[in-house]
Amino acid sequence: MTSPGKPLKTGPNGRPVRPFVMPASLGGKLYVWHLLLMRRAVQLGVLLLFVGTVRWGWELAGRPVLTGNLSSSELFGLVPLADPFATLQIMMTGHLPLQELLLGAAIILVFYALLGGRSWCSWVCPINMVTDLSAWLRRRLNISDMFHLSRNIRYTVLALALVLSVLTGVAAFEWISPISMLHRELIYGIGLGWTAVLGIFLFDLFILRNGWCGHLCPLGAFYALLGRLAQVRVGFDAPSCTHCGECARLCPEPQVLNLKEAAAAGMIASGECSNCGRCISVCPEDTLQFRLRYLIEPPNHSETTEPRQRRAA
Amino acid sequence: MNKQAAISRRDFFARVGQGAALAATGGLVWSYLLGQQAQATPYAIRPPGALAEAGFNASCIKCGQCVDACPYDTLKLATADSGIPIGTPYFIPRETPCYMCEDIPCVPVCPTGALDHALDDIDDSRMGLAVIDIENCLSWQGLRCEICFRECPLQGRAISIEHHPRRISKHAMFVPLVHSDACTGCGICEKACPTQKAAIRVLQADLVQGEIGDHYRLGWTIDSPITQDFKAAPDSAAGSAAATGLDYLNEGAP
Repeated sequence: MTSPGKPLKTGPNGRPVRPFVMPASLGGKLYVWHLLLMRRAVQLGVLLLFVGTVRWGWELAGRPVLTGNLSSSELFGLVPLADPFATLQIMMTGHLPLQELLLGAAIILVFYALLGGRSWCSWVCPINMVTDLSAWLRRRLNISDMFHLSRNIRYTVLALALVLSVLTGVAAFEWISPISMLHRELIYGIGLGWTAVLGIFLFDLFILRNGWCGHLCPLGAFYALLGRLAQVRVGFDAPSCTHCGECARLCPEPQVLNLKEAAAAGMIASGECSNCGRCISVCPEDTLQFRLRYLIEPPNHSETTEPRQRRAA
Repeated sequence: MNKQAAISRRDFFARVGQGAALAATGGLVWSYLLGQQAQATPYAIRPPGALAEAGFNASCIKCGQCVDACPYDTLKLATADSGIPIGTPYFIPRETPCYMCEDIPCVPVCPTGALDHALDDIDDSRMGLAVIDIENCLSWQGLRCEICFRECPLQGRAISIEHHPRRISKHAMFVPLVHSDACTGCGICEKACPTQKAAIRVLQADLVQGEIGDHYRLGWTIDSPITQDFKAAPDSAAGSAAATGLDYLNEGAP
């Protein structure tokens, strides 16, 4: 609410701070939601490929499309794919898996190293749909956190998963992972795994905002470490940013939107960024855009005084 | 801004302590959960070629590719309420047994080696061991049932029929006997058993099989000729009564 007499707030670049406004037209809304819709399509599409192959016998040129589940699978009966974190846990138990699994894990490792580490979290992981629903409801109902928890605790959980794999002789996280329970039971038949999923939903909704994905999940932590090498990143065009803060309001990992660091790097460099693109959708200045890391120009400080010419201004 | 600089040494150690305590407590609860899970494994009948319990638990990634490969929909992945470690493959013989495919399609698709790719003859698999409850077996009641014997894919080797004479009847009993050296634990017998609850059941061999041990020597199974010419070891002639083997029970008695 700006009173008529008061001058509009301006950002550090001298431009007026404009809030994000949801377009009234359906087309405009769809444009704002296009990344969200794409993410849901990918998440559900991957699950559908598994379910279709297992339950309805989907084949392409006589080969099963995608057998297995997100822990380990085979594409067209040919290309092995495997969860590298689960593979690492199995190796920590002292069992050396077959080359097939190692190759599958390597393929996934390289894939997400290029596509942004935690891209797994927001584009493939089925739990993301549950926690996104929690986060959405939470914003609607305006529920505050019950307590504060460091977001770094996930790295402790990650280390613990590896240590416990050594000590107990079983893949410690994989044995109780609610993520695996969810996709496994969606593909192979429903059991009581949904209770763990409900637990995460309620935890995220009532107890801690982004509690599971943003604080506890060791798989996310694993991909966050991998994400440091990520080539697909959210680019940050510092001169156009008015510090309106719309991005941080929606971001599930708001600590990654450190604008000072983003301006220096020209992108959101933190591995904890999951490339979900919510910030891109709500940025009123088009400051944030998906970019390839090797195409991001190192920022030129002499330019920062002169705002870059904005396209489609 | 820089909080790190403001932390005193005392605070630092306190925080390290808090972190360590949290990790240790969490780790204890977590490993307790894992232990509870692992305890359920003896009750699962695993696919052919499954490694022994510890190896299987360590290596199975719970991907379900063996389940996809099974043409009879025998294999299932354990759900959280099945009482078997979550996500691991198993089957319930009474519902759908393993039909012992010659090409064993479930094994080569296993990406981790939890199902041993070295298994090339399904007759060599050991999924479990059939056990007969003779109190409820129809054959042991004197009926001519023998269904398990006739259904057994290794008829005569894994299950044979023995006949027992009966004192009060002219008719002998024909009873099935399971041989552990050939039984694969496929469970076809359990599926076929006509009693209301199966009187022949497949369980993991460890749960039901005893072991004679080395301290019994079954003379009649030893190939070398049995002789009576036992000779005491030469050094025992040194004066002990035990040397003659006659009086050693009284040794040391006043």
